[in-house]
Amino acid sequence: MEKWYLMTAVVLIGLTVRWTVSLNSYSGAGKPPMFGDYEAQRHWQEITFNLPIKQWYFNSSDNNLQYWGLDYPPLTAYHSLLCAYVAEFINPDWIALHTSRGYESQAHKLFMRTTVLIADLLIYIPAVVLYCCCLKEISIKKRIAKVLCILLYPGLILIDYGHFQNIYNSVSLGFALWGVLGVCYDWDLLGSLAFCLAINYKQMELYHSLPFFCFLLGKCFKKGLKGKGFVLLIKLVCTVVAAFLLCWLPFFTEREQTLQVLRRLFPVDRGLFEDKVANVWCSFSVFLKIKDILPHHIQIIISFCFTFLSLLPACIKLTLHPSPKGFKFTLVSCALSFFLFSFQVHEKSILLVSLPVCLVLSEIPFMSTWFLLVSTFSMLPLLLKDELLMPSVVTMMAFFIACATSFSIFEKTSEEELQLKSFSISVRKYFPCFTFLPRIILHLFLFSVITMVLLTLMTVTLDPPQRLPDLFSVLVCFVSCLNFLFFWVYFNIIIMWDSKNGRNPKKIN
Amino acid sequence: MRMKLVGVGGATAMAALRVATGAGNWFSALALGVTLLKCLLIPTYHSTDFEVHRNWLAITHSLPISQWYYEATSEWTLDYPPFFAWFEYALSHVAKYFDQEMLNVHNLNYSSSRTLLFQRFSVIFTDALFVYAVYECCKCIEGKKAGKELTEKPKFILSALLLWNFGLLIVDHIHFQYNGFLSGLMLLSIARLFQKRHMEGAFLFAVLLHFKHIYLYVAPAYGIYLLRSYCFTANKPDGSIRWNSFSFVRLISLGLIVFLVSALSLGPFLALNQLPQVFSRLFPFKRGLCHAYWAPNFWALYSALDKVLSVIGLELKLLDPNKVPKASMTSGLVQQFQHTVLPSVTPLATLICTLIAILPSIFCLWFKPQGPRGFLRCLILCALSSFMFGWHVHEKAILLAVLPMSLLSVGKAGDASIFLILTTTGHYSLFPLLFTAPEKKNLFLIGWKLSTSLAWGLWKSSVNLYSLSPPGS
Repeated sequence: MEKWYLMTAVVLIGLTVRWTVSLNSYSGAGKPPMFGDYEAQRHWQEITFNLPIKQWYFNSSDNNLQYWGLDYPPLTAYHSLLCAYVAEFINPDWIALHTSRGYESQAHKLFMRTTVLIADLLIYIPAVVLYCCCLKEISIKKRIAKVLCILLYPGLILIDYGHFQNIYNSVSLGFALWGVLGVCYDWDLLGSLAFCLAINYKQMELYHSLPFFCFLLGKCFKKGLKGKGFVLLIKLVCTVVAAFLLCWLPFFTEREQTLQVLRRLFPVDRGLFEDKVANVWCSFSVFLKIKDILPHHIQIIISFCFTFLSLLPACIKLTLHPSPKGFKFTLVSCALSFFLFSFQVHEKSILLVSLPVCLVLSEIPFMSTWFLLVSTFSMLPLLLKDELLMPSVVTMMAFFIACATSFSIFEKTSEEELQLKSFSISVRKYFPCFTFLPRIILHLFLFSVITMVLLTLMTVTLDPPQRLPDLFSVLVCFVSCLNFLFFWVYFNIIIMWDSKNGRNPKKIN
Repeated sequence: MRMKLVGVGGATAMAALRVATGAGNWFSALALGVTLLKCLLIPTYHSTDFEVHRNWLAITHSLPISQWYYEATSEWTLDYPPFFAWFEYALSHVAKYFDQEMLNVHNLNYSSSRTLLFQRFSVIFTDALFVYAVYECCKCIEGKKAGKELTEKPKFILSALLLWNFGLLIVDHIHFQYNGFLSGLMLLSIARLFQKRHMEGAFLFAVLLHFKHIYLYVAPAYGIYLLRSYCFTANKPDGSIRWNSFSFVRLISLGLIVFLVSALSLGPFLALNQLPQVFSRLFPFKRGLCHAYWAPNFWALYSALDKVLSVIGLELKLLDPNKVPKASMTSGLVQQFQHTVLPSVTPLATLICTLIAILPSIFCLWFKPQGPRGFLRCLILCALSSFMFGWHVHEKAILLAVLPMSLLSVGKAGDASIFLILTTTGHYSLFPLLFTAPEKKNLFLIGWKLSTSLAWGLWKSSVNLYSLSPPGS
């Protein structure tokens, strides 16, 4: 493509920012006995390299599951094994069984950071570049700008390179993105294969599974269940089964193996939520301590019901009217529903919502930028714990400037730009004076930004009162949750009111 | 402490908001973007220059003026002209709010996190002058056949090349120096000369000389240009000199400017009878022909050749091993050295070589003046010649040539291709400045490719000819 040099420059900027953020410290640095997730990743390399496959997920004298036991699907384990081979080549001390616990050195830090960068470079970044290059409706300049903005998204950079907790998020998100690419451009088999790889890398990708399922099912229905559609369905089923078989092959030999892996992946005895997370249950427990009131199995049932009910409308619409645009928005709303209402949600899971929002950045730049800023802000307590204040602030400002100059977001706040035209028209049938929606949204944005800035300032400069030591984290979660609820409503409105006229020829910017 | 960070953040946020509301303001976006990148570079490796500047903060803050050029507790003595000392003095008054301890002369190698933060932020802040200078330089460029694409506008390309100049990022924000605002002064004086505000240009250059005397390298270009194109107010129709148009007034005023600036700078030390000491600090000829890390100049090749010849000579038994000195130029030490086979080089010899090298361009500037663009070429050639043949040249001095060359390169395609070679090799030669593995490995390669791809893009898009403002009369 022309302007390849601009694209190269943009990718290099993304890599530079990632590398400079990685120069900071990581979670659990120098904090024995448990250290942090950096140590977890190193430990997994040790386990997978030194122990046979059958023992990876089981508690044994060599493999103490209490000390960072493996709790991701097999593909993560294989990836750790690959890194372990490289580590052994460079310095076997890094992964020696038992003796390498808590190993910390500059060289090892460099090694771990490099593995993250390489994984990013091989999987996530090509997916982003290819995705944006394939967008036909916008100009080349806007495509390159979109790549820049997506690569500068602070949340992923800070978690993968700064906080270093459960790194390689870019791998699973990258695979999911390949899946989206494949499915949107009618390479259904490859797309579903990629998405299966994503699920087998991190089980959190299941948040995205329903939209994929509904979209593909909808495509099969459209093609007619008696003919091509049925063939496609069979092919898809075979692909998925084959992918899972391939990844889980060593674990299917015994029933106990499979069950143990599943137990590690889905720890249902852990409770409705842990720590402070910006979802509905944690915010609700500010007023009413549901964790203590309701028994365990009732909590599971309630969260299941809420999640399921909240994503049902969008999924049904997608099955009946499958379209790439609807697919992307349904990805957003489903992931957001899961984040808000599901069980044992971690703060990082917001990245699963951010990825689809990045994909629609060029269609609703204003709302997407707002959402992505809030998503990074919601992880603030986590980032502050690792002394990542400076990188967070800097990357958030860089992202904001990049989006603002590339997409002129403040000029795109009319009803049509916000994709709310059909909704407003419907409402105006009953309330003719309903014309003030864009203004309300702008005011809400300002209010939200001011609250975020104030909360950040307070968390950084003030000490919380003695009686409420978690005050600021809870406030951050609460504010973020309110924002997320608003976005959930907004995205669902877009999906439900996206009429069949969505196939209009779009204006070229 | 945190409040200060907050204040800084607030100010930048306001700027960011203003950028956002002025949607097409790409210059501010570029400037803010690179400033944010500089903030991200704060935790990187810093060299001994960090301790140098901390020491100078301490000296200027705690000691009276009479002691500044005599103080030698630390090995990093004050060896910049007085204006830079005053600059450090001004900084030290802000420094005392960050960490009082860094201002103690005896706290050698003191580098608390607050000190680091203060020093890094001081470089980032003083770069504001550089940003302003780039802005002024952009005004001097006209793109007659500018394409509608933003990325093909010469102003955009020039801003990107200068603001995001990777050599400057490495040297200033990782290795740690204050070249940003000094280069800003130089670019500003060049811009003023382009805008025909010669007195300001001369004044700025005089001030710059008293900040860092390395700019003496390019003083001949300034001198000859101002004499020829400013003091002689008109030319004959064929371009040659018209002797009767000489303006004494202009000459006197230029001289007065230089004299006043120098008086302001050196006056106090003249009064204290310390001038010889100051000059011996400023021009330390005992330091040796080549710097610790060789600058890639002619003497490096010369010394390498000498080494090769001595090795061959020893092998072939032509040389007496007892007469070959043990100290080697490759040992990375800064000291005086005698060559074995080839004749030894004295400071005078390097001066003569430099003068011979700049003579052609000076002649052209005198006999065939081409206005500001000709002056710029001469300046670049002076900088390059001094780099090649100078005494004790640092590899950072290549920036003296690369930055003005950016201005020329947006003019003609030919210049752009030269610039591509110059900037690639120049930045490559800065490699040894990055000492530790993480920085060295990735940041450099990434940024080098960044600047190369930018320059390459520039070359491709400058196939449409743009021209700088027409040569002045």
